Amino acid sequence: MLDETNSEAEAGVERADVEAVNAKANREVLYADRVKIHPKLVHGFWRNMKWVVMGVTLAVYYLTPWIRWDRGPHLPDQAVLIDFANRRFFFFFIEIWPQEFYFITGLLVLAALILFLMTALAGRVWCGYMCPQTVWTDLMIMIERLVEGDRARRIVLDKLPMSGAKLAKRVTKHALYLLVALLTGGAWVFYFGDAPTLLVDLFTGDAPIVAYTTIGILTATTYLLGGLAREQVCTYMCPWPRIQGAMIDDESLMVTYREYRGEPRGRYRKGESWEGRGDCIDCKQCVVVCPMGIDIRDGPQLECINCALCIDACNDVMGKIGRPGNLIAYDSFQGLENAAKGKTHRFRPIRPRTLIYAGLIAVVGLVMLTALMLRSELEVNVLRDRNPLFVRLADGGIRNGYTLRVLNKQHESIRVALSLDGLEGAELVLQGHEGATVDVPTDNLQSLRAFVSIPPETAQAAMAKGREALDFAIVAHDLGNDRSTYNRTTFRLPERR
Amino acid sequence: MADTNRTDQVTGYQTTGHEWDGIEELNRPLPKWWLYTFYACVLWSLVYFVLYPSWPLVSGYTQGVLGYSQRETVAAQLEAAQEAQKQWRDQIAAKDLSAIKADPDLFQFAVAGGAAAFGDNCAPCHGTGAQGFVGYPNLNDDVWLWGGSLEAIHTTLLYGIRAQNDDTRLNDMLAFGRDQILTRDQVKDVTEYVRALSNQDHDAAAAERGATVFADNCVACHNEGGIGSQELGAPNLTDAIWLYGGSREAIYESVYNGRMGVMPAWEDRLDAVTIKQLTVFVHSLGGGE
Repeated sequence: MLDETNSEAEAGVERADVEAVNAKANREVLYADRVKIHPKLVHGFWRNMKWVVMGVTLAVYYLTPWIRWDRGPHLPDQAVLIDFANRRFFFFFIEIWPQEFYFITGLLVLAALILFLMTALAGRVWCGYMCPQTVWTDLMIMIERLVEGDRARRIVLDKLPMSGAKLAKRVTKHALYLLVALLTGGAWVFYFGDAPTLLVDLFTGDAPIVAYTTIGILTATTYLLGGLAREQVCTYMCPWPRIQGAMIDDESLMVTYREYRGEPRGRYRKGESWEGRGDCIDCKQCVVVCPMGIDIRDGPQLECINCALCIDACNDVMGKIGRPGNLIAYDSFQGLENAAKGKTHRFRPIRPRTLIYAGLIAVVGLVMLTALMLRSELEVNVLRDRNPLFVRLADGGIRNGYTLRVLNKQHESIRVALSLDGLEGAELVLQGHEGATVDVPTDNLQSLRAFVSIPPETAQAAMAKGREALDFAIVAHDLGNDRSTYNRTTFRLPERR
Repeated sequence: MADTNRTDQVTGYQTTGHEWDGIEELNRPLPKWWLYTFYACVLWSLVYFVLYPSWPLVSGYTQGVLGYSQRETVAAQLEAAQEAQKQWRDQIAAKDLSAIKADPDLFQFAVAGGAAAFGDNCAPCHGTGAQGFVGYPNLNDDVWLWGGSLEAIHTTLLYGIRAQNDDTRLNDMLAFGRDQILTRDQVKDVTEYVRALSNQDHDAAAAERGATVFADNCVACHNEGGIGSQELGAPNLTDAIWLYGGSREAIYESVYNGRMGVMPAWEDRLDAVTIKQLTVFVHSLGGGE
């Protein structure tokens, strides 16, 4: 192993005697031992990208609950808050009631479509940069490197017998893993309660038991998945690598080894000719930097998360031996094929597949935006009685019963006048109310029993026409702001026999 | 199933040695930790067997050393729920019916409890929506044989109608035909008259004859003009509601054989609070007076 640090003939190029974890030799047993991976630190454009994305995503995750947003008295001033106790979801200026859960559904649909589009364009960018598993694993590897040193030193440390110094390093490393895990779980609960209050409560022991349980579970999963299991999660647990095969096509970008340029590979001595051989000098730097421990030169594979660290590693080596970069690069199947034939290839981001995804994103986004703009602050849900469907009255008239749920989403109490539209001679009676005007307290839902009856003449006229149901609307008029909502429903008549 | 593993020519991988009709399985090994996780789960279940109820036996089951029982948990939860309802039930017991109706929270509690009790006790005859059937009144409408005020409904619930209770509501719709009080023709005539009372098509001449029969035999209970009497539980014959049907055949049947519907006295079966809840619930269905 120590020959890893031996210099190649070229200045600064290291060679590694390493094999991909998914090499064929490792597949000859029924249950495979886990091959420990010691990813080496690499510098370069994609590594910097990963640092930036890691910083941004972690900052969003940890800081969002601490953003304040003034909503006036008696309302939480936390910008993003899932308030289970009062059944509200606050997101900056948007306030979502449980009845409007379809916004969340729409958001998830949108997220899935964006994921599809990203994958169709540039392969597994989600896996490589943004997935929490990737971000936290990267963070844990960084900690491991800080405590135990880079790849070579970690390999040496693994081989050393247990000693005080080794134990100290191990304990420090796992303690830091656990600290990160604890902070991860700790940040999660702030989305569900007022963050500053909850923080104090967590320390004084006054926080709800569910908060401690959540922190406990998330601490355990973060430590286990990010600290210990790492690449095993992507390879064996995650469904996305299996699905994404259907998401990419010949034009999708992915991290690939340009075999037409690299092969035949082999060691290179300074001064030798590059004629008749590939650019790959088989230094295996792409393997040692890989957090999944695979060899990108084996072609696209399920284990590859497309993090592009092998691109950085290879470009570094290519620079040192004076060959052109991007032997490993973001390229497409079509690009590889064309290049192998000597043709030039231009990346085509606009294709039917990406257009359809983009179109769907636009449609779903527009529908959601329209729904958000048009949603009313006074809402009436009309639930028609189904048992009995109708009641015949003494005078031969017909009565239907309804349950009205009047939602007042405004932050002040309102008076609502209810009336009927489109039902001749009909009468509206609200149980427990004189007249048809009701007070609905602020930020509240009022449930009312309503009885609508029509005179015998109306009923007989409709039934003579063969009608079994009449359409009409229950109109709710907000006396405060003079706005009305029409709520269409039906009035059931006796069935024809 | 052969048991010789070999190297697959196409992929270069070993097979597991399993073969079905020429189809072989490539060996894509599972990780060891997966295997150990499986063993850990087996171990977990062994511990579970010891601690919790698990195996069924011929009569009963293994109890587990922790003595956990879902049945006891439910019993405890029921007791807690009853304890939580106690303050409301005490108020219902103490207050009179109109006071319960005037208090919105108490009214809501009474209606909810009444609806549950209705489903358990009343729905078999009156229907789950209280819509009734032939011979069993619809409780949603505005027609009441014995009165639709809170007190009247309460009395009907407590003592029933023609029930085995000393205070039960009682009346007698005689079997005028069967007991030969009226002739068949007289029954037919009075049937036409009743049809006329409710503005249904009828034989005018027969109805005129029937009016005399009605005046002699029916007005005592059904009142002048057939408008009925809630004191006597006699139905109004002029409205659109028919407990046993308003067709010629149904009316004839009612007059000829009489009608003797029975409602049990719930005083002996349900507690006072539940009966009060039922009263408020039935009153709230839309026809309460």
